[in-house]
Amino acid sequence: MLAGTDRFRLLQPHRLFPLIPLAIIILVLPLLFPSAYYYRVAALVFIFAIAALGLNLLMGFAGQVSLGHAGFMGVGAYAVAIGPSRLGIAPLLAFALGAVCSALLAFVVGRPILRLKGHYLAVATLGFGVLLTIVFTNEAKWTGGPDGMPVQQMTIINWTVHRIGTWYWILAASFLLSAVIALNLIDSPTGRALRAIHDSERAARMLGVDIAQKKLAVFVISAVYASVAGSFFALINGYVTPDASGFLRSIELVAMVVLGGMGSIIGSFVGSAVLVILPQALTIFHEYEHAILGLTLMAVMIFLRRGIVPSLSAALGGTYK
Amino acid sequence: MDHDSGFPLVNSLVNSSNGLAHQTGVPFDRRRAPAAMADFLQFTFSGLTVGAVYALVAVGFTLIYNASDVVNFAQGEFVMLGGMVTVFLGYAGVPVPLAAVLAVLIATAVGLALYRLGIAPAREASAVTLIIITIGASIFLRGVAEIIFDKRFHSLPALFGSDPIRIGGASILPQTVVVLASALLIVCLLWTFIDRTLYGKAVIATSANRMAATLVGINTRTIVGACFAISAAIGAIAGVLVTPITLTSYNVGTLLALKGFAAVMLGGIGSAIGAVVGGVLLGLFEAFAAGYLSASYKDAVAFVVILAVLFAMPQGLFGKTTVERV
Amino acid sequence: MTALVAERISIAFGGVRALDGVSFKAAAGIVFSIIGPNGAGKTTLFNVISGLCAPDDGRVWLGGKDVTAFAPERLARRGLSRTFQNLQIFSQLTTLENVMVGRHRHESTGLVADLLHLPAVNRQNRVTRDAALKALARVGLGAMAQRPARSLPYGDLKRLEIARALATEPTVLLLDEPAAGCNPTETNNIETMIRGIVADGITVVLVEHDMRLVMNISDRIHVLANGHTLAEGDAAAIRANPAVIEAYLGARSATLEPASAVR
Repeated sequence: MLAGTDRFRLLQPHRLFPLIPLAIIILVLPLLFPSAYYYRVAALVFIFAIAALGLNLLMGFAGQVSLGHAGFMGVGAYAVAIGPSRLGIAPLLAFALGAVCSALLAFVVGRPILRLKGHYLAVATLGFGVLLTIVFTNEAKWTGGPDGMPVQQMTIINWTVHRIGTWYWILAASFLLSAVIALNLIDSPTGRALRAIHDSERAARMLGVDIAQKKLAVFVISAVYASVAGSFFALINGYVTPDASGFLRSIELVAMVVLGGMGSIIGSFVGSAVLVILPQALTIFHEYEHAILGLTLMAVMIFLRRGIVPSLSAALGGTYK
Repeated sequence: MDHDSGFPLVNSLVNSSNGLAHQTGVPFDRRRAPAAMADFLQFTFSGLTVGAVYALVAVGFTLIYNASDVVNFAQGEFVMLGGMVTVFLGYAGVPVPLAAVLAVLIATAVGLALYRLGIAPAREASAVTLIIITIGASIFLRGVAEIIFDKRFHSLPALFGSDPIRIGGASILPQTVVVLASALLIVCLLWTFIDRTLYGKAVIATSANRMAATLVGINTRTIVGACFAISAAIGAIAGVLVTPITLTSYNVGTLLALKGFAAVMLGGIGSAIGAVVGGVLLGLFEAFAAGYLSASYKDAVAFVVILAVLFAMPQGLFGKTTVERV
Repeated sequence: MTALVAERISIAFGGVRALDGVSFKAAAGIVFSIIGPNGAGKTTLFNVISGLCAPDDGRVWLGGKDVTAFAPERLARRGLSRTFQNLQIFSQLTTLENVMVGRHRHESTGLVADLLHLPAVNRQNRVTRDAALKALARVGLGAMAQRPARSLPYGDLKRLEIARALATEPTVLLLDEPAAGCNPTETNNIETMIRGIVADGITVVLVEHDMRLVMNISDRIHVLANGHTLAEGDAAAIRANPAVIEAYLGARSATLEPASAVR
């Protein structure tokens, strides 16, 4: 009957398989771009896809929730702003320090917060995100206050990144790298433990899973993802404001995750693409942006709770990653 | 000297005493009462004013939560609608009292629509899914308000004029008394309704056990819808009454919802008394924090409260510790 | 050596005394059954033993070590495993993946290795998959390995939980009503499975309502009623014990026949 796992390995697609269509799209896309503007939109899609990916690991796979994740984006964004201009740190180092700070913050805050569940967890994370925003808004000496502050360009040794085309490739590579890491995690003992936690914490514990430790780990990882995305965002814009960490930004991230599909890596990309491209494409509807965001969230959660990619995949009869 | 914290509600409250000084030409009378006492009283009055609004938002939250287990994030938008609709109807020529009534009716309709279109269709949604739906609704309502109205601040004429009443060296606006009295009245009316009428008993039954309520013939959809409608009305009334003091704009709803939730957490989720006490306490904490510590971090108080309560005392002041049957 | 010892376990919820001074000793390698009418406190006892709630009073020993109020994950690492009365299947995972989670205690790659998918992770995945397949085969579910767990019929899900618990390589296995909702054929399968488990040297502690299964398979039976110990002994002794009969039937009756329906 069973010939051992070798048979299974042959039948299973390689864990990185879902990235192939993505990589193809990424390589081909620039050929279709008529102007620099398109590179910029694509760059933004990659940036938010990274953040959405991190949040998806937390929400879609581990079954937790964070309504304040943009707070970590803010930490990353202000790190690359404050580091070079106020502390004289090289931009690359500031980038890394932002990630480290986010990780530490997530570690400290995560321990008590992740003991909560359901709407308590939701509101606690929301409160955390808003608190960060208040700090960024008030500490004007460091952060420039409500109006924000400029961000120096990314410089690595002598080379300054200033063309948006360069950023496209940097961000595409970063997104693919973050997707690889996420796929690695999922197909590993830690990943299985996280997915188990999503379905039954009690059973997972009885099988020896330290759920507090695992939840904290995925919270820290998702915070780092958000921080990296936030840093990139600040660098691309050359400017950062407290909105980068605000409640609305956090909700946009959640919308990307649920729209694209919780528990789907490609879904994070799709969700980000939809929520970045549509407002750009429909600039006439710019005024209606918030109303449409709200309506979209409601509609997805009521009718398409699994998200675009899983629903499409189920309709086409396949499994998805 | 006016403080500018970047949040209008904050500014109005912190500067109210100074503002009154400008308006009436009467400075803080520090010879009559010790300065500390006057400050303390002033902060108390400010705290009670916003506290009353938070309490009403919290009561609305609790009513909906008890009836349907939904944490309604759009609660703050009802307050916003109450104020903004009244203001803009007023601009359109409608007399303010009539405009206020219409605004409350409109908000009530919105509340009912939220339930019918947003909550009821969401079958078997988890608690988090429902929160996200209400957040979506809140953003939607805010977005619509942004389009229909504008982004500026607006006020309404106070019911009994804007001459402050002097008490112990501090000033209190007549409108504040109106807000406090109304809050008390609304809570009493609500309590009477829930406790003394048959309809109210149906609400209690639905809160306790929806399935059982359905089985004894209660139309739970109607009941829950009514709870949404009542909560919206309460919020809108609060919005109308407090606008003369704190002004209103299209985006006051978000922060109010968050603070209302903080009040609910402080008082104990599911407890009506807790909602009122939590709201008033939160208002007082905020006012004292702004007065004695830092005005710009005033809004942080609510979130610190949320986190502190969740970590240290999750059931709040009046909540019951649930015994979970494993 | 005694595999599992409970000593004067007491716990109250609100005003209700769920367990009051319950003690027992389960020797290694036997089937030790806990029976009693509904509400007697059997699942509560399991919850205390498996670390899901801490007792107000009393101690628990596992393999000679005091493990009172240890967290479930610590107990799992010491060789205690359990199934759940109301099935706690990982419904988003496949059947195989469910059992693979059961191997967690024996997996040794760390977080960083997992994130980078170092070669050790590939090896670990393979080892885990093999062990999980073996556990599935042992309960007869090998053919279902790739199916989503939620698509399995109820009887198969009960077996899946057992396979998953066995994958942890426990010394003591708590089975919480494994035959609940099962038809006679499925119950026979469960009986065979339990005999096989005990033959492998694992101590089985069983909570069960199906008297036929209990009488056929138990080496020792502990009877609970209203949170108290009512009696303990082998199958024959319990069958004839008038207090036990009265607790179940509420009136005096002849004997508790194993095969006939209880009148």
